[in-house]
Amino acid sequence: MYRYDHFDQAIVDARVDEFRDQTARRLAGAMTEDQFKPLRLKNGLYLQLHAYMLRVAIPYGTLNSRQMRMLGHIARKYDRGYGHFTTRQNIQYNWIKLQDAPDILADLATVEMHAIQTSGESIRNLSSDQYAGAAADEICDPRPWAELVRQATTFHPEFSYLPRKFKIAVTASPEDRVAIRLHDIGLRLVQNDAGELGFEVYIGGGMGRTPFVAPLIRPFLPADNLFSYIEAALRVWNRWARRDNIHKQRIKILVHDMGEEEFRRQVEEEWEAILPNASDVERKELERIAAHFAPPPFETGLSDEIDRSDPDFALWVDQNVAAHKAPGYAIVNISLKPVPGIPGDATADQIDLIADLAEQYSFDDLRTTHAQNLVLPHVRKADLYAVWQKLSAAGLAEPNLDLATDIIACPGLDYCSLANARSIPIAQKIQARFIERGNVNELGELKIKISGCINACGHHHAGHIGILGVDRKGTENYQLLLGGSGAEDASLAKITGPGFDEDGIVDAVEKTTDVYLRERREGERFLDTYRRIGVEPFKEVLYG
Amino acid sequence: MKILTGNDLATGDVIWWTGSGWSRHVEESADVGDKGEEIAQVESAARRVNGPYVIDASKDAAGIRPAHIKDRIRALGPTVRLDLSLKPADPTVGNWVI
Repeated sequence: MYRYDHFDQAIVDARVDEFRDQTARRLAGAMTEDQFKPLRLKNGLYLQLHAYMLRVAIPYGTLNSRQMRMLGHIARKYDRGYGHFTTRQNIQYNWIKLQDAPDILADLATVEMHAIQTSGESIRNLSSDQYAGAAADEICDPRPWAELVRQATTFHPEFSYLPRKFKIAVTASPEDRVAIRLHDIGLRLVQNDAGELGFEVYIGGGMGRTPFVAPLIRPFLPADNLFSYIEAALRVWNRWARRDNIHKQRIKILVHDMGEEEFRRQVEEEWEAILPNASDVERKELERIAAHFAPPPFETGLSDEIDRSDPDFALWVDQNVAAHKAPGYAIVNISLKPVPGIPGDATADQIDLIADLAEQYSFDDLRTTHAQNLVLPHVRKADLYAVWQKLSAAGLAEPNLDLATDIIACPGLDYCSLANARSIPIAQKIQARFIERGNVNELGELKIKISGCINACGHHHAGHIGILGVDRKGTENYQLLLGGSGAEDASLAKITGPGFDEDGIVDAVEKTTDVYLRERREGERFLDTYRRIGVEPFKEVLYG
Repeated sequence: MKILTGNDLATGDVIWWTGSGWSRHVEESADVGDKGEEIAQVESAARRVNGPYVIDASKDAAGIRPAHIKDRIRALGPTVRLDLSLKPADPTVGNWVI
């Protein structure tokens, strides 16, 4: 993985010193909250319901064990013994004291981490494929490109006061595990007929108040022109963005209002204008960064056999272990959706254990996922049983990846000042209902995603079943949405009708899955059946 | 009644105006009547509170209860981690929120 050079380290260290000074001035009264707030937000520090919340960047979801242990250390020393892994592949802490924040950032800097650009109107943490470097279907490792973009956009003056936040995702696989079409810019590495590397460039996707699936703006951008093309797109957005209306400032609104064709024309025109003098991707720098992502020294001659004599282990292998490109290796998904539990939460002890496992069994490599789970990307198949035993002992071996109990849920009204309704209790009640029914595995792949407000941190628009919490005259109410997907078959879920109360939404989800079980054809997932039969059979049982 | 709440500037703790200072316990809140904004300005300027705002609440024999669920969750703690709430020993305390 990428290691800081002295420039990177100096930048992050200087940022810590700067924020320490800003915090001291705020506490001493030299700055008002209005002056301080944008500064703390630029360092990932929010004020939430119960305390300050610090969001720490995990660039493209990649960590080593030393960094992971630091996350556990922060949970233990500065928070209340746990952290929350987010749908942006980051981690956030819910109980931070302002007076501790500079020390936390200083601790993070010792392991080459920070909280820069995890908030504010900036280019946020880039997300990428959690299977990068391990997936059999990728054409190359996308992370060197993600790191290049991270470096090019961090503190970039032109991108420091954008109309709104801006999210970029990069993948190199046809199977989309990072929801590229639901980002402001989604990039997929591809090869053209001549074997040259380039990007499919999707622009104008996103969730939130006004969701859109991003259109393909350029089917093949030569890879070396990545910076200049991003710059051209951002310039067009910067030029026309509705800075007068916070709800219309995202690039997705511009693409939609301007129209895909006209937006493309303007980006291409801008790109041609800046191209002669552009500071684009330099081969030497790409090679320097790519060297950090060289494949680990996989052993050869390993067996692909897995002893499945323990049925619980076999169940976990079937559900949570994915194919690896290297013979004898596997990708391990660690579910952070225990039943019962809180989606995405991990205790300091669990974080330490996972760091140990990454170091011992996965070439010191660890990933976070936008589904709020973790991944050990390179585990020998011969070690799977040992890994599973250790995960089981720590409550981390729930065999439910992509099943009905693997529910994405934002922190909701239990923690978040923006939320209108609680998300986590709904996830827990739905989990309990399916466990009671005993049909989690029978239902197969079923992605349930819950947001506590319209900002959609829980990705409800992309849920096969999505749930949106709203405030109805001071009480929590939940809308049901069906048919979304963040994968390569991206689509937006549609609201079924009037909302439900807390217990009613759980019943509604159950009824919805009953329709699926009744109507499904051989091999169909929930989403497939929904797309084939449409919403009406579901509405009949929900409202008929 | 009207009560005044905010977060402690340095620690971020949820705090409630008692009439003479700040408390972490909503049941110690004072009715600020129409003086809430005025108190908020003075206390913000003195850096004793961050983001103060006035809310509606009711008062009966059981104590003071904020009108909106968001402020009840602020007063208690996350309903999904009652062990971290201000009343971890009371297994029924979550009912007060809902």
